Amino acid sequence: MDSVVIPIYTTIVSVPYYHYVLEGLLVLVVVFLWNRRNRRPRRPQLTEEEKEELIRKWQPEPLVPDTPQDHPALNPKYVDGKMGKYVSIEGKDYLNLATSNFLGLVGDERIEEVAKKTIYKYGVGSCGPRGFYGTVDVHLDLEKQLAEFMGCEEAVLYSYGFATIASAIPAYAKRGDIIYADKGVNFAIQKGLQASRSQIEWFEHNDMEDFERLLKIQAEKDLKNPKKAKVTRRFMVVEGLYLNSGDLCPLPTLMELKWKYKVRIFIDESLSFGVVGSRGRGVTEHFGVDVTDVDMIMASLENAVASTGGFCCGRSYVVSHQRLSGLGYCFSASLPPLLTTAASEALRIMDEEPERFDHLRSNGRRMLEGLRSAIADTLFYVQGDALSPVFHIKYRSDDVEEAEKKLDALVDNAFEKGLALTRARYLVGEEAFPIVPSIRLTVNSQLTSEEVDKSLKTIAEVVRSLTKN
Amino acid sequence: MPAISTTSLESAHHRFESSSTASDDHDDSPIELHDVSHSSSPNRTPSESRSSEDSDGFVEIAEPKKEAHVGVDSWAQNNGSMNGKVWSRGDASASSRLCEKSSYKVEEYPDAPWYTSVLVCFSYAVMIILSKFADWLRKKGYFKVPKAQEHYRQKDFAPLKGGFESLYLDNLYRIACDVMNRPLASVPGAIMTLRDRTTYNHGWQFVYTGTTSEVLNMGSYNYLGFSSNSGPCADAAAKAITADGLATCATRHEFGMTKIQHNLEKYVAEYLGTESALCFPMGFGTNSMNIPCLVEKGCLILSDELNHASLVLGCRMSGASIKVFKHNNAKDLERQIRNAIVAGQPKSGKPYKKIMIIVEGIYSMEGTIVHLPDIIAVKKKYGAYLFLDEAHSVGALGPSGKGVVEYWGCDPADVDIMMGTLTKSFAAAGGYIAGRKRTIEHIRAKSQGCCYGTTMSAPVIAQVSSSMQIMLGHDGTDEGSIRTQRLARNTRYFRQRLRNMGFLIYGHDDSPVIPLMTFFVTKVVCFGRETLKRNLGVVSVGAPATPLTKSRARFCISASHTKEQLDKALEIVSEIGDVTRTKYGRVNNTEIVAY
Repeated sequence: MDSVVIPIYTTIVSVPYYHYVLEGLLVLVVVFLWNRRNRRPRRPQLTEEEKEELIRKWQPEPLVPDTPQDHPALNPKYVDGKMGKYVSIEGKDYLNLATSNFLGLVGDERIEEVAKKTIYKYGVGSCGPRGFYGTVDVHLDLEKQLAEFMGCEEAVLYSYGFATIASAIPAYAKRGDIIYADKGVNFAIQKGLQASRSQIEWFEHNDMEDFERLLKIQAEKDLKNPKKAKVTRRFMVVEGLYLNSGDLCPLPTLMELKWKYKVRIFIDESLSFGVVGSRGRGVTEHFGVDVTDVDMIMASLENAVASTGGFCCGRSYVVSHQRLSGLGYCFSASLPPLLTTAASEALRIMDEEPERFDHLRSNGRRMLEGLRSAIADTLFYVQGDALSPVFHIKYRSDDVEEAEKKLDALVDNAFEKGLALTRARYLVGEEAFPIVPSIRLTVNSQLTSEEVDKSLKTIAEVVRSLTKN
Repeated sequence: MPAISTTSLESAHHRFESSSTASDDHDDSPIELHDVSHSSSPNRTPSESRSSEDSDGFVEIAEPKKEAHVGVDSWAQNNGSMNGKVWSRGDASASSRLCEKSSYKVEEYPDAPWYTSVLVCFSYAVMIILSKFADWLRKKGYFKVPKAQEHYRQKDFAPLKGGFESLYLDNLYRIACDVMNRPLASVPGAIMTLRDRTTYNHGWQFVYTGTTSEVLNMGSYNYLGFSSNSGPCADAAAKAITADGLATCATRHEFGMTKIQHNLEKYVAEYLGTESALCFPMGFGTNSMNIPCLVEKGCLILSDELNHASLVLGCRMSGASIKVFKHNNAKDLERQIRNAIVAGQPKSGKPYKKIMIIVEGIYSMEGTIVHLPDIIAVKKKYGAYLFLDEAHSVGALGPSGKGVVEYWGCDPADVDIMMGTLTKSFAAAGGYIAGRKRTIEHIRAKSQGCCYGTTMSAPVIAQVSSSMQIMLGHDGTDEGSIRTQRLARNTRYFRQRLRNMGFLIYGHDDSPVIPLMTFFVTKVVCFGRETLKRNLGVVSVGAPATPLTKSRARFCISASHTKEQLDKALEIVSEIGDVTRTKYGRVNNTEIVAY
């Protein structure tokens, strides 16, 4: 012990005292500079009076700006009664080409009967989230039915269509992951992408070469940093049928790219579920793609199924993860039982009456061809796939305002002639990409060919009168 | 700095008090503002809370002397006669007398002794080590479990999950998941039917036995007891299906607007006493889809630390700067507002465009009621805007069930945005946003919920409007006020009894959300299982919904619970409390709680 302490002691004593003073000063200077650097205020330190002054002077902007009273959202047309093939507005009936009741299931008596019975058994609301006594057996039944319908292992039921899509994506994709997304995706997907905080790579709408180009760039990056590449999850998010354009996604190519570049694929089938495919199973059925190869299919039940809510289906390994990480699933009250059984009954009807899909497709084709010839030689044009029940009528013009005016005039004039059409509405400025104004025209399976022809005639007349001016 | 903020808040507080005293002559009864220095209980240390409890004993309030608005008066008497304390509403002298002691009889956040927290952490450590071991055994193939597997061709994809989350879910959560997601086979009324299920492989899979059991429901958010499969509301809903169908298949901006929803929005505005209102089919979406149109980049959101996930998501999606203040702590809120105004926007230092405070009426996991007068005082002082989420409080608080604004006797016009759900008290689905006409017009034109979300289903609308009519007394009966009174009475009775039994209860005396602290996650699971065996359904919550060391069982009181049912539940809970040793509070056998 002494052999250690004594030499140290002698060394300490032998060093001259000014040495300690100097070293002490040096330490003080370092501490001082360090403090200065850390605490250097961006602005000069304010006195309390100055702070009070700032606080007193601060003037907040008004909570919201004024909304012009002629904004279309403030002057909607209030529909009275059911949103069926015809809608009643202020006592007059209009042929409905505006809502997404593709299979004509709104107003189906069988569904309504089931829903009423459900009210007299389960009440209206479920009064709780799925975790806490909000799971009713009808939810489990519908989930099972949906999984069987789509040929998947498991389905997860949400209580709102928009939230389904916007919650499902960020349940998987997190910060540090990469999501490839089509530039034409709908707003719910855009919000899901935003909530995920992942790196978003946009490719041109339905442009597979552009997509592959992005994948190749990433593959090169991965070679440089294979360790990171191994844990970076990649997803692609596409729509089966694009709401904003009526286009079909090129699923077989997407699947090839999935396997080649190891990218998981999420398809939003909100529009194509119950529409595309000979039995309404969506794009996987249409293209003959094995549904179990798709990582997740998300869809809203608010279109063809004519209920409320949405679901995600796929392999249990993927889908069940949402039951604890899908925000809109965990933290929201579950779907009211009556809307759940309504969806169940709608699925049953879809299986029982596959001719509805055929009617829908033939109406769609008839409408598309008719529209093309009706507005040929004008500045109006139609966009949409022949399989789609949704078409966009647009106006060729560089001036957005002019196009909007023309389209609004078309909607208004058609309305006077008994046709309910609607502009496709977007929040300008919120959408990720600029939007071309359009009229979103929908067909349903209940329309007769006479009704299609009659509405085409009306549209043709209106378009002609608008072009003349 | 803290000294200044205290004084300024106190001045705000005084200002508020004087203004409310001045309004004595008007129909609003003055409400007593609790002393700020007593209010911020989240910061209280256990020793503090203990001592104040000792000194307080039970505070008795004389009957409110001041003549006030009839409704409020009867409410106050109701309060007084039931337990005679807390949130006193009365004349200024009575309030100040109370203020001297404490306006709360109950500490909101009593805590368990420190060694309990240590033991809780220790139990987690043991569980996690064993989980790791179990995972290792499974990986080596000693155990075969029916766990969902990755696609055989996708094994070389970047893994979708893993790490601690998987460990937690595959082991701890899986073993305990039988207390969650219990499937109902009936209406979630006071008594519910649960489908029995059992597991033969420790929670990996469940098998339905085919039998059902009748269970006393203390888990559903059925505050006013409107969840029913018969009666006027159910009839109205069924009728609405015949008249208006089930779905609109369209968004509000694109032809989805129905006359019935328009009428409903008028009722909601009338109910809340605001100029205008909007309804949406999903409560969660009402928050997450509408907040972004109110604040944007360059604005500041001050959000309570315990705000619901939907509010947090909405805030995040808005792009505004977000600051979190201590739970229900107006003092901390004020400090943060002052600092924010002085510092300006991060990086640029420019002044914020606007500041929005986001609070909830009743916090669903803590059972606390927001100190609205304090928050309003701060908001007014600094020109901030207030967003109030009344998910749990609308219908559940206030003499006529109009929520936390009425409860405190505040002016609805002082709350800029009133949001709430239609799922809970009204037993339907969806949410509303109400406020000034100008605000609502902006939301109608610019919110995602209106532009991209479909509109409400007719039977749901009918359920809400018929139950709201009853609450407003438009049906010609006083059933609405009976319901609120029963809820208030049930709440106070149940809370007081639980507390006297020696349980630690969080939240305010008038809050129908009652968290019973078990601290150990293992105990809460046991609690959940044992209560179910005795046909009582409660909610068991652990991490991640609560802090790791603060697992709890939660009761939600309903107006449809009878005294007998509550007594039965209390008996069961007491018994299990003894078995699980969860009586962390102080037993009081002497007080007889009047119903």
